[in-house]
Amino acid sequence: MNQWEVVIGIETHTQLATVSKIFSGASTAFGAAPNTQACAVDLALPGVLPVLNRQAVECAIRFGLAIGAHVAPKSVFARKNYFYPDLPKGYQISQFELPVVQGGAITVQVGSGDKAYEKTINLTRAHLEEDAGKSLHEDFHGKSGIDLNRAGTPLLEIVTEPDMRSSDEAVAYARALHALVRWIGICDGNMQEGSFRCDANVSVRRPGAPFGTRREIKNLNSFRFLKEAIDFEVQWQINEIEEGRAIQQATVLFDPDTGETRMMRSKEDAHDYRYFPDPDLLPLVISADWLERVRGELPELPAQKRQRFVEQLGLSAYDATTLTASQEIADFYESTVSVAGQAAAKPCANWVMVDLAARLNKDGLDIAQSPVSPQQLGGLVLRIVDNTISNNIAKKVFEALWSGDGATADEVIEKQGLKQITDSGAIEALVDEVLAANPANVAEYRAGKEKAFNALVGQVMKAAKGKANPQQVNELLKAKLAG
Amino acid sequence: MSLTPEQVKRIAHLARIEVSESEALTTQGHLNGIFELIEQMQAVDTAGVEPMAHAQDVCQRLRADAVSEADRRAAYQAVAPETEAGLYLVPKVIE
Repeated sequence: MNQWEVVIGIETHTQLATVSKIFSGASTAFGAAPNTQACAVDLALPGVLPVLNRQAVECAIRFGLAIGAHVAPKSVFARKNYFYPDLPKGYQISQFELPVVQGGAITVQVGSGDKAYEKTINLTRAHLEEDAGKSLHEDFHGKSGIDLNRAGTPLLEIVTEPDMRSSDEAVAYARALHALVRWIGICDGNMQEGSFRCDANVSVRRPGAPFGTRREIKNLNSFRFLKEAIDFEVQWQINEIEEGRAIQQATVLFDPDTGETRMMRSKEDAHDYRYFPDPDLLPLVISADWLERVRGELPELPAQKRQRFVEQLGLSAYDATTLTASQEIADFYESTVSVAGQAAAKPCANWVMVDLAARLNKDGLDIAQSPVSPQQLGGLVLRIVDNTISNNIAKKVFEALWSGDGATADEVIEKQGLKQITDSGAIEALVDEVLAANPANVAEYRAGKEKAFNALVGQVMKAAKGKANPQQVNELLKAKLAG
Repeated sequence: MSLTPEQVKRIAHLARIEVSESEALTTQGHLNGIFELIEQMQAVDTAGVEPMAHAQDVCQRLRADAVSEADRRAAYQAVAPETEAGLYLVPKVIE
């Protein structure tokens, strides 16, 4: 069979959360007028020297600790040499042979529901480097305009092993990494502003064969583009090979308008960067004390929180992973449980993951923008678990809270008279009424038609305006019909 | 190890240095001389010696993450060959 295996490795440039640049004291704030945040060091004026930003290093340490990597006690900065107008020095200061973060891994959940599976993506390294400036090619009388505000912005380039086997796995990894760097506060994750950009190295092979020749898709700044670009590239490579052409190593760009990748540069021009240790910078030494201090300051990490959700709250692995997909979701969930109580951990999980998520999705909102607060949702779940309302009625209450028709679940239940009927006398009266009015259903049920029972339940619930306790209705009906 | 004239021209191109045929030949001689020197050094047994990243055995000093540079664009752009709308203008480059 014509089976192809896809092999993907990802390099991510994460812009580190510092106020100043990695080697100069210029601001990194986004959106300033061109070149107003480009100082003499960023412009590479003669005689300037780089001085390393402590916070950038600390971000790298946080990341290394969060993924269980080796944080190098001694790492070295190197010059990556190439010519481009937005790189005034003629080299980028990066790390080559001795990066600050070595190894590590991130476990991600791929897919959802029954088809979900876990996969561990190994990381090769993460190294500190400076960003380049920005070139604007339009409308300067045949010239290019250069804005060097971004030049010297600190980046952590995070490189995986070629461990991913589908665009879904690539996106799952990118999402998990995105959540992690925000979780540990080293990157704002703003993809529109370029704070988190992925390059995907893609190749195909027959299963078990050596790696095929890869092409690198540059600068993907959304998860959707990452998936589309990989899917297109994979199909393109398979077609090429099946038509008898060999894949040439190349760098390609993804065009979101056409959904296609196109060659940016071939192997001949690419990747001869002549790295060498930068004589302007001494080796970066990270002491054991510094490492331990940073370790002590790390928040509970997604993987730890996930484990706690499973062990303490009794959630399934799938639920726990979904609820730790981002700090915002985890915080929302934990606040909800703190109101509804630990015993209601599972219903809280369902409400956050299913009902709330669907409603947010419908309005295109982020969980941080949810009109229903965790306190309100917790109060609602509390009324479900104590049988004040049924799950169906709860959806009504939720909708009321969403549109602001009441400050708390209790208020909505009171105002709209939604309190569940649990008085068995009252329910029994309703059941008797329904049985008397529906002799046909009764006869069918007694003749062995299970469906008829559901019809009777529906009639009772209708008579109760949905407020009868469903379990009690079931029990009473069964008893009466048996009698 | 010695370099071919083609390799010399490629290195010159990567460094954006224009070399004529005769310069390439002269440079080839110079570079091959350097390679001989390197070969001699490589003959030294360095097993167990930690690679040296810098001539001084000191480590990088770090600075606090604070903005210390004011906007001096006007001064910098006063000496630039060409600017417009705050941008430095350069010959058109598109990959």
